[in-house]
Amino acid sequence: MKNLTVYDPAMCCSSGICGPSVDPDLVQTAALLKEVRQEGLAATHRYGLSSHPLKFAEEPIRSLLEKSGAECLPAIFVDGKLFLSGHYPGEIERQMLRQRLLEA
Amino acid sequence: MKTFPPDLASLPRQLFFTGKGGVGKTSLSCALALALAESGKKVLLISTDPASNLDEVLEIALASSPRPVPGCPGLSAMNIDPHAAAAEYRERVIAPLRGVIPAVALSSLEEQFNGSCTVEIAAFDQFAALLAGQGPAAAFDHLVFDTAPTGHTLRLMSLAVAWGDFLNTSNAESSCLGPLAGLQQQREVYRLAVATLSAPAASRLFLVSRPQKAALREAQRSSLELAQLGVVGQELILNGLLPAAAITDPLAEALRRREAEALRFYQEFLDSLPVYQVPLLGRQVLGIDGLRRLLGRAQSGAAIEAVSRDDLSGLRNFSSLVAEINTLSHGVVLTMGKGGVGKTSVAAALAVALAKSGRQVLLTTTDPAAHVAAALSGQLPGLEVGRIDPIAETAAYRDEVLRVAGAGLDADSLALLEEDLRSPCTEEIAVFRAFARAVAQGRDRIVVMDTAPTGHTLLLLDATQSYQRELQRQQRQQHPEEVLQLLPRLRDPQYCRILLVALPEATPVHEAARLEDDLGRAGIRAAAWVMNQCLLGLDCRDPLLLERQQQERRYLAETLRRCPGHVHLLPLLAEEPVGIQGLSQFV
Repeated sequence: MKNLTVYDPAMCCSSGICGPSVDPDLVQTAALLKEVRQEGLAATHRYGLSSHPLKFAEEPIRSLLEKSGAECLPAIFVDGKLFLSGHYPGEIERQMLRQRLLEA
Repeated sequence: MKTFPPDLASLPRQLFFTGKGGVGKTSLSCALALALAESGKKVLLISTDPASNLDEVLEIALASSPRPVPGCPGLSAMNIDPHAAAAEYRERVIAPLRGVIPAVALSSLEEQFNGSCTVEIAAFDQFAALLAGQGPAAAFDHLVFDTAPTGHTLRLMSLAVAWGDFLNTSNAESSCLGPLAGLQQQREVYRLAVATLSAPAASRLFLVSRPQKAALREAQRSSLELAQLGVVGQELILNGLLPAAAITDPLAEALRRREAEALRFYQEFLDSLPVYQVPLLGRQVLGIDGLRRLLGRAQSGAAIEAVSRDDLSGLRNFSSLVAEINTLSHGVVLTMGKGGVGKTSVAAALAVALAKSGRQVLLTTTDPAAHVAAALSGQLPGLEVGRIDPIAETAAYRDEVLRVAGAGLDADSLALLEEDLRSPCTEEIAVFRAFARAVAQGRDRIVVMDTAPTGHTLLLLDATQSYQRELQRQQRQQHPEEVLQLLPRLRDPQYCRILLVALPEATPVHEAARLEDDLGRAGIRAAAWVMNQCLLGLDCRDPLLLERQQQERRYLAETLRRCPGHVHLLPLLAEEPVGIQGLSQFV
């Protein structure tokens, strides 16, 4: 089983509703995490800069942050390899992510 | 009606004061604290108001830890400054991470702590710790809280309950506490705080009111609201009753009639709880001597400082302000100031005057107490009255989020989203958006807004700034145009005119001055001052009104020195300015 890890930027809540507008992709990403976990496709981990700051001192996110700055967040890794950074996946990217998890 | 103060021996440990801004909560809480200390108790006086004037009344500099009040053994005082509390909290979380996580991540995290929820929650955190008897509070027999203006008090108190529920029901996946996640460990403290507020043996709540209809209506409303939140053990203090005098004048007579009528109108409410009365004083209650006068334990204080006629020659009337604003083709006029100074009346009078001269005007209010509608019971062509209702705004925002972001989610994910929407910040965001929308409506007409009480307004403007930074960071998200444009609009003197409203008294003038400075730091300039309820130029003979008439001159002169050429005067009216006719008296 693969490991799927999401690093969130600093924000109030996991759904991001505390901003002046909502990012639907963020909410859908949270839903996708739960689906793939329940289907047994991947073990999922989600770390927020505000809620789990110490996780950002570890690899692989540490190097990415040092190289690309805070704009690299949110970042999604599959088995330690960067899948996507800078935004939450849109519908097509979510399908690609699902595909990646299905690969042997 | 009994005379203030109440029987000291019968008082529980925690004493709270609440009421519309400017009714005298600070003076009365100080006076009660002084009386308790002089009876041999150890008393801690605490202000939770973001725009606290405890320093001014006690004439000492206060800090976030208790300091003894000089000349008054047994009495200590402290100030819970929400911004300082937030900064302290931020440091507590950030310090252990320095040098551990990458610098960019650290600054991004620090940014998050600038949000208004952090400020409010951090202040509540300290408030709750005191209530739960932690830290410095343990050493005192009594805790006297001089709480923030009503809207803020209610938010703080309902927050106590809301967070109580929220912390109980929140599951691990919903991290809505965000940067405040550390506070989750304080559950027990919060539970205790909520329990203390609702136990009559532990706490008493003094509702403070002026003998005026608007203030009494507010007192009754918050009495009910607090009772619903479980806060029982309420008593009322009627502050500033005009005493009978041998020599009098028509204005004083009318004011006495107005008082008597207001008391008759709220007779049923006044009969429903213990009531204490405090007579109107001719001079400011400042310093320990002033407090003793309020308690009836000392006679009149120092002589009133003389102010020459020349020093007041630059004062202007209200019509000249109306004429000035009438030259604008469109834009927003905001009335700002301490609660209770008449922001709503000034905004309404201005809107009525502009509409009467044929302009299209939208009058709108963010005041949670919502008395604009009551102040404008008539109708006028060209005048539209709107209101930002926090409850309705929150419901609309929830619906919008669920529609936009909740589509296609399964039941569990939807439940998670709804959980996040139950957080107390949701209301803040919703009200903020409505504020931005109202400001945007000034694109094609004149919008006149009476803003929320000072402390809340500051937080709102602060939120504006941190949102601005947040928006610059997340360009990809779609933000409403009015949100993006809010701060630039507030900073544009051609688009936005800010009127500082004050009464010609020490505290309101100094608080408005502080607000002007704070606005300046946000790059926003005030256009003019409006001095409300002035006695200058009125024919006063009643000894008390004469004394007040002399006293107000120095504050008018002080305002003129601050803002030469832009100070407008509104007279004290015999009748409360209500409806189109009442509001037209100023022009």
